[in-house]
Order: sequence, then C-alpha cells, then structure tokens
Amino acid sequence: MKEILRAVPQPHASVSVADLRVDLNGAGIPIVDEVSFELAAGEILGLVGESGSGKTTVGMALLGHSRSGLRITGGSVCIGDKDVLRLSERELRAVRGKSITYVPQDPGTALNPALRIGTQLRESLKGQPATEADVLQLLSDVKLPTVPAFLAAFPHQVSGGQQQRVAIAMAFASRPAAVVLDEPTTGLDVTTQSHVLDTIRRLCAKHGVAAVYVTHDLAVVATLANRVAVMYSGRIVEIGPTSVVLTEPTHPYTRALIRAVPDLDGPILLQGIPGQAPAPTSRPKGCAFLPRCPMSIPACMAAPPSLARVAPYHDVRCIRSDVRVQAAVTAGRESASVERIGPPLLEIKALRAFHGSAEILKGIDLALAHGCSMALVGESGSGKTTLARCISGLHKKIDGLMYYDGQILAAGSRNRAVESRRQIQYIFQNPYASLNPRRSIGEAIAAPLREFESVSNEELRRRVGEVLDQVALSRRAAQQYPHHLSGGQRQRAAIARALIVNPTLLVCDEVTSALDVSIQAVIVELLDRLQQERGISMLFVTHNLPLIRSVAQQVAVMQSGRIVELGAVKDVLSRPKAAETTRLIQDAPHFRQA
Amino acid sequence: MDWYKDSVYARLVVRRAILGVLTLFLVSLVVFSATQLLPGDTARAVLGRSATPERLEALRAQLHLDDPAILQFARWAGGLLSGDPGISLVNGKPVAELIGPRISNSLVLLGLVGLFGIPPSILLGIYAALRRGRRSDSSVSVVALALAAAPEFVIAIGLILLFSTVVFQWLPPVSMIRPGMSILDRPDILVLPVLTLSLVCFPYIFRMMRASMIEVLESDYMEMAKLKGLSPARLVFLHGLPNAIAPTVQVIALTFAYLAGGVVVVEYVFAFPGIGQGLINAIATRDIPTIQCIVLALAGFYVAVNILADVIVVSVTPRLRARAWQKP
Repeated sequence: MKEILRAVPQPHASVSVADLRVDLNGAGIPIVDEVSFELAAGEILGLVGESGSGKTTVGMALLGHSRSGLRITGGSVCIGDKDVLRLSERELRAVRGKSITYVPQDPGTALNPALRIGTQLRESLKGQPATEADVLQLLSDVKLPTVPAFLAAFPHQVSGGQQQRVAIAMAFASRPAAVVLDEPTTGLDVTTQSHVLDTIRRLCAKHGVAAVYVTHDLAVVATLANRVAVMYSGRIVEIGPTSVVLTEPTHPYTRALIRAVPDLDGPILLQGIPGQAPAPTSRPKGCAFLPRCPMSIPACMAAPPSLARVAPYHDVRCIRSDVRVQAAVTAGRESASVERIGPPLLEIKALRAFHGSAEILKGIDLALAHGCSMALVGESGSGKTTLARCISGLHKKIDGLMYYDGQILAAGSRNRAVESRRQIQYIFQNPYASLNPRRSIGEAIAAPLREFESVSNEELRRRVGEVLDQVALSRRAAQQYPHHLSGGQRQRAAIARALIVNPTLLVCDEVTSALDVSIQAVIVELLDRLQQERGISMLFVTHNLPLIRSVAQQVAVMQSGRIVELGAVKDVLSRPKAAETTRLIQDAPHFRQA
Repeated sequence: MDWYKDSVYARLVVRRAILGVLTLFLVSLVVFSATQLLPGDTARAVLGRSATPERLEALRAQLHLDDPAILQFARWAGGLLSGDPGISLVNGKPVAELIGPRISNSLVLLGLVGLFGIPPSILLGIYAALRRGRRSDSSVSVVALALAAAPEFVIAIGLILLFSTVVFQWLPPVSMIRPGMSILDRPDILVLPVLTLSLVCFPYIFRMMRASMIEVLESDYMEMAKLKGLSPARLVFLHGLPNAIAPTVQVIALTFAYLAGGVVVVEYVFAFPGIGQGLINAIATRDIPTIQCIVLALAGFYVAVNILADVIVVSVTPRLRARAWQKP
C-alpha cells in the first residue's frame, strides 16, 4: 500500500510543485527540500509550520523568488504549463503579478509608503486597460470604500485591515491562476481577521484561483483550507485534506502541534512540544523530528523518511505512520471557580487613562483575588494594554483609584514604594526586544534583584540558578546572551527575570503572541504551574480568545476603554452576555469544529 | 488668517521662514558684536598702529563708534533692511556694489554644480546600491573615498594640470574676468570650478544615496514590487527613489551651504570672483561692513537652502503631510 508519491505535473492542475529545493547560498545546505504538491483551480492549500520550517521560503519560491542568501536549486513549479523556475528574467516578470501573485504578511511595510493606493492598485493590473470604474470595482471586491478619494490616499492613512484588503485586491486584480498568501492575517485582530478570511475565501471561489495560504495558525487553516500541508524542518511531513489531517493526524509532529493549539471548544490543558526544531545546518541524519519524537525507534535514525501514502490523498513522512495512536484526549481541568473570600489583591475603581487629550480608559472597575489569574481580552485599541500598563506603573496619566493589598497604588512606578514595585512585575510581549542584547541572561535576571535587595554575589548566583530551574532553562543559560537563545527560551528568561524578586502579581502582556504554538503551550504550562505552586496572581493581556481557557479563571472583556463583561472564564465563554463577547467568540477561528 | 492652514507646504515654509528670520537676527547680533568686541579702539584695530589721529577720528565718525551700541546696531540693521549695507572701508564704494556681482557669480557656480554635479552623484549612488558587493560597487566607492580624502585644492590643481596645462590645454586655468563683465559671458572659465566642486560634493551625496538606497532595496515593499513583476526602471525610480532620496536631500543642502562659503581655497586656486574670495579679501583688509554683509548673506543662503530641502523632503514623504484618511 505504501508508494512513494512522485508528484507528476498533471494537466488539470493549476499549480504543480515537484521536488522543490532551496539552498543556503553557497553552502549546499537545503533549507527546503523534496517539496511537492498540486493544486486545482479554486483549491486552497494551507501550508502550516512553525518559524524556521521553510513555509515562507516555499511560498516565495512559487513566484520564482528567494530571499537574499537563499537560492532555488532544484525542482519545478508549474503554473499552468509554464515552469516558473525555468523562465528568463523578462518572462518571469510577465508571470509574476499576472499568473501568480503574492499577498504579504505585513501590508504596513509591504505597501509602498510613498505611492498612492490607486497607483499601486493600477500597476497590479499589469497594463490591462482600466477605467477608474474598473479600479473602483477592485475596491468593491474586497469591500473597501469605492470612492476616488480612497485611491488618492497613501497607505499610512488607512487602517491595518484596510491595508491588507488593498494588498488582497492587488493580488486578485489581474485574475491570476494562483495566489500565495503569506500569513496575511497576522497582526490583525480577530474580527478583522475573520472579515479578511471571508474575502479570501470568496475571491478564490469566485475567480477559480488556486491559493497557497502560508500560516502558523492551525485554526485559520481549519476554517479556510481544503487541504493542509504541514512542514517541519524544510520538508512536508504530512499532507492531506484538512478535515482528515486535523482529526486524524498521523505524523507525530502534526499530532503534537494540534495538542498545542488552544481552542475554544477543545481541552483546557495545552501540551507543548519539548525541545526545538533543528537548524538547517544541524539536522540529524535520520528523521528531523527524531529528537522531539515520543515514538521514535532506532530505524528512525537511519535515513530521512520519504513521503508515503497512508490513505487516499493523505501522505505522511514517517516510517511509523502505520502505528495507530489513540488521540490522547487530555481531560480538561475544570477551571477552579475562584470565589475567594477576603479583600482582593488588586482593586481598581473608576480608573480613567489618557494619551494626550484622548481618553483611552473610560472608567474601569476591577477586582482581582489573591492567587487568581485574570485575562484581559479585546480588540486592538480596546485599552487592554493601557490598563495593564497603568497597573504596573508604566502609564501614569491617569485618574481614579487603584488599591494593591489594601494600600493605595500610586500612578507611575516612580511614585510607588519599593515594596509595591517589587510585588508587581511586568512581562513584555516581545522577548526579542525586551532583553538587553549586551547583557548576559544571568545579568539580566539579576538586575531586578540588585534593585530591591542587597545580596552577596554568591546569593545572587544561587537565586538566579533557582529561577532558571523554575522556568526550565539550563543553568548554563546564565552565561549566554539573548541571541544564543530561541524565542521561547528568551521569554522564559524574561519570566525568570520577573520571578526572581518573588512578585505577587505578574502582568503578562501578550507574552506568547511572538512565539510558535508549540512554544506558546510550553510557556502557558509554565505560567500555570507557577500559579499553582507559588500562588502568584496574574493579569494576562491577550487578543487570543481560545488561549484564555488555558491561562485564566476570570476574564474581563474590554471594548473602547470599558469593561463590557467580567466573570468566570467558562461562564463568559459558554454564556456570553455582552454583544462584544459574542462577536469575539464568533470571529475567533474554531478549529476542532471543521 | 487661516488661509495657510490648508497647505502643508505653506505652513512649513511660513514656520521655517519665521525661524530663519530669527536665525538671521541672531547671526547679525553676533556679527555686529564682533565689531564691538574688537580689543581696544575699533578704529585703531581697523587702521593699524600707524594710523594718524585724523584718520582715526574720521573712521570713528563714519562708523558712528561714539554712539551707544544699540543705536549703532539699529542704524546698521536698518540700513541692511533698506538694502544699504554700508560703505566699504577700503575704497569707499557701497558694499552692495562690491559684493553684488560676487554673490551672483557664486550662485551661478552653485547652480551649475547642482545641475551637473548632483544628478550623476545620485545616479552613481543608486547604481552602486543595485550592484552592492560587486566589483563595480567597490570601485565607485573607492573613488568616492579617495575624493573625500583629497583636500579640495588638490582636486582643483589636479584638474588644472590635466585639462589646462600639462596634459591637455583645453580650458583656461584661471577664471578671471574683467570688472563689469558677467561670468556667463565666458562659459569656458566655469568648467573647471564646476567640475572641482562637483567632485568635492560627490562622495557625500554618493555615499548617502547608496546607503539609503540599500536600505530601501531590502524593504518589504521593494520585495513586494518585485513580486508584482514590475520593470526594473519602475522598481528603482518609482518605488525606490522617493523613499531613499530624503536623507540625501538633507546632505545636499548641507553640502551646498558649505560650498557657498567654505570653498575659498578653490576660488583662490582659480582666481574665481566669488563670495568666498570676497570674504577673504575683506578680512585681509579689515573691511568690517563688507565682512558683516557677506557673513549675513551666507547665513541667509544657509537658511534658504535648508527650507528648500525640507520642502522637498516633505514632498517625497507622504507620511509628513497627509493625515489619516476619512470617508468623505
């Protein structure tokens, strides 16, 4: 039954990729290897993988492009009957933007800031004659305002969601055979994301466009794609119909990945994948997933497995794909309803906050119990991060009262007593930016301790070692610098830096949003354990609604500077009362439903 | 009074012009104080030790040195504003008459440098950025560095040796003209000074253009433009250049402000009747009214060039002039 799938270009396929290989320039080391798939007109393939898996490299290679330092060295990419990889520069220019187009990850940087939207849209028509009405029609296709003034606007004058719609309109303008979408909804809030996904789905169906949707987000894939290809370390490890791959994942990596994804309807306990993906230069001789695989056998070490068919249209790159594993359904830990008596740890009364003259928070009342974890959710601009910054003293233009442990909490950390500064610690969103690159991890972690206590060097080393243990980083990391560490390790170091002063409240600002899901799950497990073991209270700011089931007992839903709903997570998610909550739940991609 | 609020440019120019006037006022204060601060008797400092008491007295009367400083300043500044910067101490002619032709000669020289020197510098910067890391890029960069390292007069003398004396004898080695004659009557004498100054400003403009173009070429929107399959010319000149030019415009403005007064040596080598040479002569003869006037003219040029640069930068940077779009 096992047959090695050799993708042969088929006449009916819109896009057919065979044995694509992209190398690190000069080194002969493949970043992407043995990638083959086919797409029919109107079909959407979700290309899923974590950072470094090579998914974006594949997406760009479909347009015959490789980023600097990389080179496409083998295989073929046929759009219709043309092999993109065998065209001259001039022919390639004719195909790009015409037969195959590209939607960038971040339209904020991918639209030219110096050119009007109309100019950029018109050039996407590739010289087809177009009246202004035709161009306005492109706007209407993506539900943008169909007025000439919009065409005359510059990209920075419109919102992020509108920018992404412009990019999508550009991609579909020339009625291409295929579109590559590179994580086009990253950075958009759930509502905008859901509208953009609708638009993509509608346009692909209406114009019969084959689409490759590159993403790290399984939930988005579940709602959008007909088929899924899961990439790991430069190769496709599993490819098949979306419903099959997501419900009966066969490759151990796919299975682990799915368990790591928070879901509104799924289990509460997330399981991360220990370890990290190997760098292209240090892949093991056998299967690349081997070091992290729970079911490896000695034969896995021999050679990289090839893609084998396990069911019709379902191929898996694992020699143990015949082993049936019962999907380990983790019983969801019912979130302990925290109805503790006694005075709350943090109490906020009629808090208002301002940026210049704009009122960002318009009267917030909130109480957080000892040892409780509360999620702050809302769209971007709802004021959730500002609230977190007010509490931690980073934002001080405020009006209203805050009490911490019965004491008044002053506005601005400089005005606070040493003790209250120690008790409230803040963890930033982006671990790539929040650690000083010129300080070793050990120094970075020790810095807050030096600030609050005078300790001997020996004591300092001991306590740094202790917190490193608690966040499951090796003690060797103390001597390393941030660039030696992966994103997940950096975020753990940032958590260690907050933990070392024994805080009673951790304010976590989107701490997992810059991380891969497998790493996100590991961080969530860690925070959960810290809450259980040390009784630390947490305020968890996030736009990721499914995630709050795993990290919080209580949730506050925010909208335009107000809390519109507040309650236990399971009540709010199952019986939302505020319209905003209902909308957020509807717009969040549900992935096990598919 | 809000006619100008509608135009970002008008608002910018008005605001900058007000600041510019303030700058000029401060410069004039400094320049004027210099005459007051000369040690001892200004008249003696001007005329030297051998001056007779009669001449000293005459000079004091001419400069109104016995009046209070405020009155002197008011009289001088009032004269400037009404177009009369005073009388030269050296030959008794009006200063305006003396330096007027020099200012126009210098402006012609700078205008020609702007016309013929700057576009090639910009184009070479773009070219080097496009060929980054290749041999053609490094060769242009090495030439630019060598030019930046060479003193201006060395470049000038080198060009004279090459084109006027030793190798070829195509062009006049000096740029002297008869008084009363316009510099434009003798285009040939302009060639070498223009070439020299172009080479002097080339390295700065080239390096800035190359650096900012490289940054732009690596941006997401250039990758996007490439993936749209646009022609190389459209890619570079429509998508790249407007985003890369702003820092270069600032450098050009600074270079020009420097060239206006700072290339005395070059003017000296060619005996070019420009404003820099005029300043040197005035200093040598302690012709205070002329010095004051030239320094103020240079400051005015500096202000004007910078306003122009800001306007150009705003015109290529929509972010600086357009507010958030609202559905009409």
